[in-house]
Amino acid sequence: MRRVISVLLENEAGALSRVAGLFSARGYNIEGLSVAPTDDPEVSRMTIVTTGDEQIIEQIIKQLRKLIEVIRVTDLTEGVHVEREMVLLKLRAETGEDRAEIKRIADIYRSRIIDVTDASYTLEVTGDGQKVEALLELFDASQVVEVVRTGTIAIGRGAGGM
Amino acid sequence: MKLTGAEIVLRCLQEEGVDTVFGYPGGAVLHIYDALFNQDRVRHVLVRHEQGAIHAAEGYAQATGKVGVGLVTSGPGATNAVTGLATAHMDSVPMVVISGQVPTALIGNDAFQEADTVGITRPCTKHNFLVKDVAELATTLKKAFYIAASGRPGPVVVDIPKDVSAAECEFEYPEEVHLRSYNPTIKGHSGQIKKAVQLLRSAERPMVYTGGGVVLGDAAEELTELVRKFGFPITNTLMGLGGYPGDDPQFVGMLGMHGTYEANMGITHCDVLLAIGARFDDRVTGKIERFAPHAKIIHVDIDPSSISKNVEVDVPIVGHVQSVLADLNQVADKMGTGDPDRLQPWWEQINEWRGRDCLAYDRESRRIKPQYVLEKLYEVSGGNAIVTSDVGQHQMWAAQFYHFKRPRQWLNSGGLGTMGYGFPAALGAQMAYPDAAVVCVTGEGSIQMNIQELSTAKQYRLPVKILNLNNGYLGMVRQWQELFYDNRYAESYVDALPDFVALAEAYGFKGLRTDNPADVEGLLREGLAHDGLVFMDLIVDPEENVYPMVPAGAGLDEMVLV
Repeated sequence: MRRVISVLLENEAGALSRVAGLFSARGYNIEGLSVAPTDDPEVSRMTIVTTGDEQIIEQIIKQLRKLIEVIRVTDLTEGVHVEREMVLLKLRAETGEDRAEIKRIADIYRSRIIDVTDASYTLEVTGDGQKVEALLELFDASQVVEVVRTGTIAIGRGAGGM
Repeated sequence: MKLTGAEIVLRCLQEEGVDTVFGYPGGAVLHIYDALFNQDRVRHVLVRHEQGAIHAAEGYAQATGKVGVGLVTSGPGATNAVTGLATAHMDSVPMVVISGQVPTALIGNDAFQEADTVGITRPCTKHNFLVKDVAELATTLKKAFYIAASGRPGPVVVDIPKDVSAAECEFEYPEEVHLRSYNPTIKGHSGQIKKAVQLLRSAERPMVYTGGGVVLGDAAEELTELVRKFGFPITNTLMGLGGYPGDDPQFVGMLGMHGTYEANMGITHCDVLLAIGARFDDRVTGKIERFAPHAKIIHVDIDPSSISKNVEVDVPIVGHVQSVLADLNQVADKMGTGDPDRLQPWWEQINEWRGRDCLAYDRESRRIKPQYVLEKLYEVSGGNAIVTSDVGQHQMWAAQFYHFKRPRQWLNSGGLGTMGYGFPAALGAQMAYPDAAVVCVTGEGSIQMNIQELSTAKQYRLPVKILNLNNGYLGMVRQWQELFYDNRYAESYVDALPDFVALAEAYGFKGLRTDNPADVEGLLREGLAHDGLVFMDLIVDPEENVYPMVPAGAGLDEMVLV
């Protein structure tokens, strides 16, 4: 079962490695992890994408809560939520035909071209995992120079905060 | 007035009421040792290896309930402390270990005696800190003591770079600290407590199973009240021994891999299981599917992550065991404990299991049986000694045959299973209780893992009684090789043993030895009466096994009996 877990934690040196260490020490899966400070600079928000059966997910949440620097843990998949991921995609674009095709696909996916050279285009795409995957599948390996993904971030729907 | 970081460390220790620190000096902690030298409220015990310091501090903490304190230098000082920290972490022993670190400007430079102490100790401590600014030192130490002793206790490391212990700052010790991200639940949920009492009063085949949490949480009195009120049978884990009087008729012995027949059968057939301050460890449960398969399980623990980790429970209660037990008692007084007659068939069944006499051994043997030694130790010490043990067969025999009457009387490494724990832990306990009889039950394998601490015992005149069950083998390893590896005793024979009596005498101690069963009692009496350290080397039957035994992966009811 795929879960998206949001963690608020003290923005202190070592806090990130405590979380990462917990996952490796206890053998939990970690499919994605993104972290950055929140509006309160003393607090960071971490979004973890993981998989496991119900018992493992329960343990993951309890073990996260047990870390001294962790302030709050929420399993966003328990409620309605929105997920987003950003991808920066550098593509070979040498011929006029390639350049036109990439531009068309970029438009369809409502992505932006953020860097252009005479041999490449760099696309910025935002969306949920499915959209991103679908876009990536359109290009074959010979066209792709680099892919950079942020990993999933997510937020609960509705007026309330975490 | 401004104080140096080193002076602040000592003032903080004094404010926390620390009277004893176990440690070993070195470059990065020299400022702190200098501050130690200039005061007389905190005494320092100089060990001979940092692992010994941490185990001694653990023994001190486990025997007293206070936070044990260790002091080590950077690099190898800190890495030598790691085994002790992992031991304390697994057994939830409250500890603060202060380590020196290279100056902040050199951190990350591969400086002399530099190790990433915070990185190395992260997974084997409850929490750890690197103090980079002397202004944060006092608050950090306050937090360290608070975290170590509250909630589910554990070891906390405070790593202090040398320039921080030299820097000066105004000293003010905070009265209390508040951590927004750390608030252990103390009071159990009242609805859950009612539900639990409801289950208990209607149980027909109840079992109470308690662990180290009862000892750590000082809840033995409340537990005894509850168990007697309901008239239920009770079993303890290895770490829980002493949490309920071991000589009480309602006590059915330890459970688990080397638990008694009656305890393990009781667990297998009970209809309600009350688990308190225990964590359903694999050595306790055996095969999970066969553990208490017919029971509704109530689980009381301060650590939510212990609940439903290994075994799904029906009534979880998160809270401090002492508080929850007091509430259970109160609610039980109101609601009643149910008709006591309903338990009669269950007790008859338990007594029938007891009749199997699962701890029987050959009393006619011409060799000394280790079980006999422990039985006699119990008798000769009046059941009152503080007993520490190392890890292996002798540990299990001590657990089976010494009927611990009170909490904090039995100190051992249950979770990590650290050979070499017993002797330094005994030194720590003896520091705390100079007049108590402290016996270290050990084997010729374990004792040699920290035998250098004999020198510490000499320096501080600590009259620990070492009881060495010398079978010439790494006994538990040999037992597994006999049972599961077709008698191939790979590297389990400890060849080239020293003459332990001569070794003890070399330090100026008394050494005693016998291989004759008839001399055991006399030797124990002589050893325990001696006013200094004594090394009792008992040459026991080399091929005696610990029974009952639940083979790894089997259910508790599938135990091997003699």
